[in-house]
Amino acid sequence: MDIRSQISMVFHLDKCIGCHTCSIACKNIWTDRKGAEYMWWNNVETKPGTGYPSKWEDQNIYKGGWEKQKNTIKLRAGKGKGLLNIFHNPHMPTIDDYYEPFTYKYLDLIKSPAGDMQPTARPISLITGKPMDIKMGPNWDDDLSGTPDFARQDPNLKGLTAAEAEAMFQLEKMALFYLPRICNHCLNPACVAACPSGAIYKRGEDGVVLINQDVCRAWRMCVTACPYKKSYYNWNNGKSEKCILCYPRIEAGLAPACMHSCVGRIRYLGVLLYDADRIHETASCQETDLVNTQLSIIMDPHDLEVIRAAKANGIADSTLKAAQDSPVYRFVKTWGLALPLHPEYRTLPMLFYVPPLLPVMASVTQSGDEEQKKKLNKISKVWDDKWLYDTSMENIWGTIDEMRFPLKYLANLFSAGDEAQVKIRVKKLMAVRMHRRHVTVGDIPEKKAAEALGETGLTPEAADAIYGLTSLAKFDDRFVIPPAHREQALELLEDTGDLKGKAGFGTKQPPERGL
Amino acid sequence: MSALHNFLFIAVPYMAVAVFLVGVVYRYRVAPFTVSSLSSQFLETKDLFWGSVPFHVGMIVILILHLAAFLFPQTLLAWNSYPVRLLILEITGFAFGLSFLFGSMALLIRRVTNPRIRAVTTWMDVAVELLLFFQILFGCMIAVGYRWGSSWFASDLSPYLWSLVKLDPHTDALKAMPLMVQAHVVGAFLVVLILPFTRLMHLLVAPFHYLLRPFQLVIWNWDRKAMNDPGSPWNKHKPRNT
Repeated sequence: MDIRSQISMVFHLDKCIGCHTCSIACKNIWTDRKGAEYMWWNNVETKPGTGYPSKWEDQNIYKGGWEKQKNTIKLRAGKGKGLLNIFHNPHMPTIDDYYEPFTYKYLDLIKSPAGDMQPTARPISLITGKPMDIKMGPNWDDDLSGTPDFARQDPNLKGLTAAEAEAMFQLEKMALFYLPRICNHCLNPACVAACPSGAIYKRGEDGVVLINQDVCRAWRMCVTACPYKKSYYNWNNGKSEKCILCYPRIEAGLAPACMHSCVGRIRYLGVLLYDADRIHETASCQETDLVNTQLSIIMDPHDLEVIRAAKANGIADSTLKAAQDSPVYRFVKTWGLALPLHPEYRTLPMLFYVPPLLPVMASVTQSGDEEQKKKLNKISKVWDDKWLYDTSMENIWGTIDEMRFPLKYLANLFSAGDEAQVKIRVKKLMAVRMHRRHVTVGDIPEKKAAEALGETGLTPEAADAIYGLTSLAKFDDRFVIPPAHREQALELLEDTGDLKGKAGFGTKQPPERGL
Repeated sequence: MSALHNFLFIAVPYMAVAVFLVGVVYRYRVAPFTVSSLSSQFLETKDLFWGSVPFHVGMIVILILHLAAFLFPQTLLAWNSYPVRLLILEITGFAFGLSFLFGSMALLIRRVTNPRIRAVTTWMDVAVELLLFFQILFGCMIAVGYRWGSSWFASDLSPYLWSLVKLDPHTDALKAMPLMVQAHVVGAFLVVLILPFTRLMHLLVAPFHYLLRPFQLVIWNWDRKAMNDPGSPWNKHKPRNT
C-alpha cells in the first residue's frame, strides 16, 4: 500500500446556475495574456452540447486518453506514434475548434468622424489584429443556443434511440444542465504520459498536475492526449499551459479562484488518500467496473492501517486531518453521491460530479387526460395545454424512469454508460429531498420518506448531513485545504535554503516568445 | 582573394563552431523558456502538413548523408565503388533533397501568405528560412550540376573538414571548387553560427529520451521523510525536472 494524498474536487451540478463567474475569475488571474486569450482553464458547458473545444469528447477525432488492450492500457496518442507525428500531428485541435479570440474596436464609437450612419465597433481578431467575422466563442452554445449545430452533435447521445434523442430537443420537453470543467488532475494523466520532453509532471505532495514551462518544447502531444482537452497550446510563446489548481493560492490556504468565486457554491475541495500501487490495475480494469474500481482505490482516512501507511510515506498529520474532514471524501465515498467525468478515458480523474436531479425531476407526458391531472397533488404545476408536467412524488421513483433527461445520457457522461451507477445516485438525491420535504413542509408522510431513504440505504442522519453540506455549508466546510507546511519549504517548488537572503521567487525571465 | 578565402574557409568555420558551442550552452542554461519548436500548427494545420513533413524528413536524411560523408569517407567511397550503388545513393539523396526543397518552399510560402502565421513570425524566422532555402537550393543545384557529390565530398571536402578539426586547415581543395560549392560550405557554417539565436535550437532538444522514460512522472518537491528525520543532513539540492 503506497498511500499518497491528492487535492480533489466535487462539483454539485444541481447547484450550478451557469453564470460563468468561475471562468471569469480564472481568466482574470491566469489567462488574460497574449496567446492565452482563447484558453479557458475553467469553462462551463451546456449539456447536451459539443462543448469547448467543439466535440472534445469524440476521441475518434482527438485520440485522447487511454484505451484498454487485453490486461493493460495503451496511450491513444501513442509513444512511437507520437514521435512519428511530431512534424505534423493529425489529431490536434486547431484554434478554429476553440474559437478565434476577438475584441471590438470600441474607440471607433467615439473617434469616428461625423457621418450619416451610426459608427459601430467592429470585431477585431486578437491574433492578426484584422477585422473578422465571429464564428465561435467559448460558450457559443450556451443554454442550448444553436441546437441543430451543437446539441445534436453531442457525442454523449450515442446509445440513445433516435426518438429519445429527438425528445430531448422538443421545445416543450427541452432540458439542459451545466457542466463546469477544470483540469481533473488525474491519477493516471495522459498528458504526462504523452509529453515527449517530460515537461508535465504530477506533484507528489498534493497531486496537482503542472507543466514546467522551461522544459516544454511545443511538441503539442499533451493537447492531443488529454481526453478532456484541458491542456492548451499558447500560440504566441510556443508553450503549453493548463489549469494549475491555483497552487499558489492553495499553498497559502486559499481556495482556487474558480471555487472561491462560485456563486452557486457548487464546488467542494478536499484531500483524498489513495493507493498509488493500484493505479495501473485500476486504469486497466473492465469497462463495467470502472467507477467502482476507481472509487475503491480511494482509502478511508479513518482506517488505522491507512493512517499508518500514510505516515510511513511522510504524509503530515495536518494533511491526514484534512483528509478526515474532507467534504470530497464524504460526497464520493461515504455517501456515494459523486461520479467522475468520463471514467472510460481511464485517466482516473480526481474531479467528481454529483449528477443533476433537476432536469430529471419533472416528467413530461403528452396528455389530455383529466384523470391524470386529478391524481396530482396541489404543488404540482399543471400546464393547461396538452403537456403535463408531473413533479409529484406519488410514485417514489416514477419520475426517474420517465424523466425528461434519459439516464443513458447521464451514464454516458459519468459512468461509462452504466445506468445503474447514475440511477442509484439520482435516487439518493431524490430520497434526501423527500426526507427534507417531510421534515420541513410535512406534506410527504414519514413512512414514504423513510421508505425512500431505506431503499437507497441512507439513514435520516446521513440525509440531514447531505442536506447540510449541500445547502448550508459554509466556506470552511466546502474547502478543507491542508497546510502547505511552508516552514519546510518557502514554496513547494523552491527550497528555503536556496532562497534565504533573496527577494521574491518565481519566474525571473519574462515569458516572451523566443526567436 | 587569399585573405577573403582564408576568412570564409578558416575564420568563419572556427567562429561558427565557437559561437555555436557557447551560444547553445548559454541559451539552454540561462533562457530555457525560449527554447521551443514554436510550432504554428495550432493556427494552421493543412498547409503545414505539406511543408513540415517533407521538410523535416528530407532534412533528416540529407543531414545523415552529409554527416556520413564527413565521418566515414572511406566507407562511403568503398560503397560508391560499384556504379549501381553510387546511383542508388545519389538518386535517394537527390529525392530527399527535393523533398527538403519542396518543404522549405511550402513553409516559406505559408509563412508569408497566411495572416495568422505572419502574426507569429519574427524577423529571425524569415532570415532562417531564407538562409535554409538558399542553402537547400544550392545543394540541389550542386547535385545536378556537379555529378557524384557523394564521392567528391568524401574524397575532397571531408579532408578539408577534418583539417579544420585537427586545427591544421588546408583549404586548397575547397579553393579549387566551383563557386556554388564554396557558397554551400560557407552557408552551412552560417547555419551553425546562427543556430543558437534561432528556433533551430529545437533540433538539439529532439525528445529521443521519451522512448526510454516511464509514462508517469511524479515529482516530490522535498523528501518529507528525510526532512522530518533529525539524523539526515540538510539537503540543499532541490529535485529537478529536466
